Amino acid sequence: MARKRRGNAKPTNSGPAHTVASGTTDTTTDGGAPDPYAATARETTEGKVYTVTGGDWDGLLEDWRHDERIVVNMGPQHPSTHGVLRLVLELEGEVVTQARSVIGYLHTGIEKNCEYRTWTQGVTFVTRADYLSPLFSETAYCLATEKLLGITAPRRAQVIRVLLMEINRIGSHLVAIATGGMELGALTGMTAGFREREEVLHLLEFLTGLRMNHAFIRPGGVAQDLPEGYDARIRDFLKVMKSRLPDIDKLLTGQPIWKQRMQNVGYLPLDGCMQLGVTGPILRSAGLEWDLRKVEPYCGYEEYDFEVPTSTDADCYARYRLRLEEMNQSLKIVAQCLDKLEPGPVMVEDAKIAWPARLSIGGDGMGNSLEHVRKIMGQSMESLIHHFKLVTEGFAVPPGQVYTVVESPRGELGFHMVSDGGTRPLRVHLREPSFVNLQSMPAMCEGGLVADVIAAVASIDPVMGGVDR
Amino acid sequence: MPGNNSGDNGKGLAPGQPTSGEMTPIEHAEHQARGGVAAGRARQGMFGVRGSGDTSGYGGLALPEYVPAPAQRPYGGGFDELTDELLDAMRERGVSAEAIQQVTVDRGEITYYVRREYLVALCRTLRDDPALRFELCSSVSGVDYGTEVSQRLHVVYHLTSMTYRRRIRLEVAVDVGDAHVPSVVEIYPTADWHERETWDMFGVIFEGHPALTRILMPDDWDGHPQRKDYPLGGIPVEYKGAEIPPPDERRAYS
Repeated sequence: MARKRRGNAKPTNSGPAHTVASGTTDTTTDGGAPDPYAATARETTEGKVYTVTGGDWDGLLEDWRHDERIVVNMGPQHPSTHGVLRLVLELEGEVVTQARSVIGYLHTGIEKNCEYRTWTQGVTFVTRADYLSPLFSETAYCLATEKLLGITAPRRAQVIRVLLMEINRIGSHLVAIATGGMELGALTGMTAGFREREEVLHLLEFLTGLRMNHAFIRPGGVAQDLPEGYDARIRDFLKVMKSRLPDIDKLLTGQPIWKQRMQNVGYLPLDGCMQLGVTGPILRSAGLEWDLRKVEPYCGYEEYDFEVPTSTDADCYARYRLRLEEMNQSLKIVAQCLDKLEPGPVMVEDAKIAWPARLSIGGDGMGNSLEHVRKIMGQSMESLIHHFKLVTEGFAVPPGQVYTVVESPRGELGFHMVSDGGTRPLRVHLREPSFVNLQSMPAMCEGGLVADVIAAVASIDPVMGGVDR
Repeated sequence: MPGNNSGDNGKGLAPGQPTSGEMTPIEHAEHQARGGVAAGRARQGMFGVRGSGDTSGYGGLALPEYVPAPAQRPYGGGFDELTDELLDAMRERGVSAEAIQQVTVDRGEITYYVRREYLVALCRTLRDDPALRFELCSSVSGVDYGTEVSQRLHVVYHLTSMTYRRRIRLEVAVDVGDAHVPSVVEIYPTADWHERETWDMFGVIFEGHPALTRILMPDDWDGHPQRKDYPLGGIPVEYKGAEIPPPDERRAYS
């Protein structure tokens, strides 16, 4: 190959410099002196090790012509691996013969950290696990804490939780489609998806105070009531999304390249899903109508009218279609939440659990309201003691263990929480759907083409914050 | 216990059912003598104060280690039928009834404490028996109950039956010095990563796992970070002449 190209492309009078540049395995040039740029190779116990200096690929491949096995390391810093995920692919030509994922690059010890904070503080940690769907982690954490305590959040808080979760689900699915589009080269899909997600984040910022990592849902209810004018804002949002979601549908669903990249790619049938513990859109794309909002309703989901879309194609395209449809269903639920929101408390009445202060915006950001500060600092010593104890020590939770689940955008998000009777959890374990679903990557990819790995990983939609915690 | 009785939304216990943590000291001693499961450390005093001149009297408070109370029939909540079916299936498949060390029903959830020798056979029964059908292994994780507790390392399996829509918890307790538990990967392939994580974080060795390597921590890491005796690290910080101790040496209010 090298020789042929040299013969065709280079004039016959080319000098020795050209010979070197066009790549040869000879370690000597025409003049007979050693070529300082040529690839060298040495034998080691691990096999032959090559030093590649550029431009000498042909010579390198000479040795491997009979065997096209290559091990490709993709990531952890790669724009197409959906975060700091590292894939180790063994290729035979363009066919993936083995795929392994290496995780842990974003391990931050959230579970361990929770063991050294009060039950209320734990929310601020778990919200950072799956950073695309923080409100689901918060809700699951709080449901587990409440189950341990034996309390139930007031109705208005439950409705607010559902409302926030469904808005969050739209945002999360939009990112799934947007980043998936980017990874497959559909850049307009990315810009459209992220533009729509910005609407979601703006709304969440208005409702909770923060775009991400809200820590808004707390054991016993939510941190504070929704701000004034929430109804109009949410209805505007619904209007905008109802006009824009069909645009994404129009942009991608029927597009031939999109379909060719996704259809019959990343196939994982139902038995594979069950064995690998896969839940969420991937499981539903294999045909099982398993949505915890329907099968084990929490936060009053049994009162809402919505459908669980399923497919039997079990491929990337089906998962994309399901995510799109789930967003429409979420809009339906959000609209119903607005009708269900009736005035009432948003936190349990129990003063031993509920945060003593009402929050308000001051000159230096959000903090305890001035009336509360006035009360504890000037009027009531008891209130001060109470505030201090609850904030520093926290509330004790009766010993025992629970496992609660919610349907996050990625599947079953479970919290296994153990209390030993203290004011801090003894153990918080997140059963993260990203972590579990990512195990299905080899099953989807092995035997396929290397380009389809990207589509498959995008359809799993792992969030590395959740995978590594 | 704040708010313990402030609301029962139906997910909690049916009235009259034994809750955990309601044992008398005598029952507690008996439970321990029978080889019952411990799940919580004993406590003494308050605020973690040790060795200072305690004049408050709170230093004398003592709580025995928490043990989940064995449930009495009827369990309620459909758990009686489930347990009967499980015992029947175990008999059919020749799994000894000894496999189940203790049954606890708490907060509407059932926990079977399992002897590790029988774990794999029990999981296979749970997955394959037509009356049980626990097809999905939701989660496998570890719990470390602290250095003072006997058999402090627990491995917890959450199984889900999609057919019958119910969940159970299996729990295996082992000593730190002998932290070997059979792997269930051959029955639930999804347990692969879960078990690797449990090995990584708690140092439980899963016998028969295809490739038990670290998963979250770097390959050359020493120790198992989620054990309670794992040093938290940190250095004392001096600030305006005073020294702030590292996190694991600070006074704890729990």
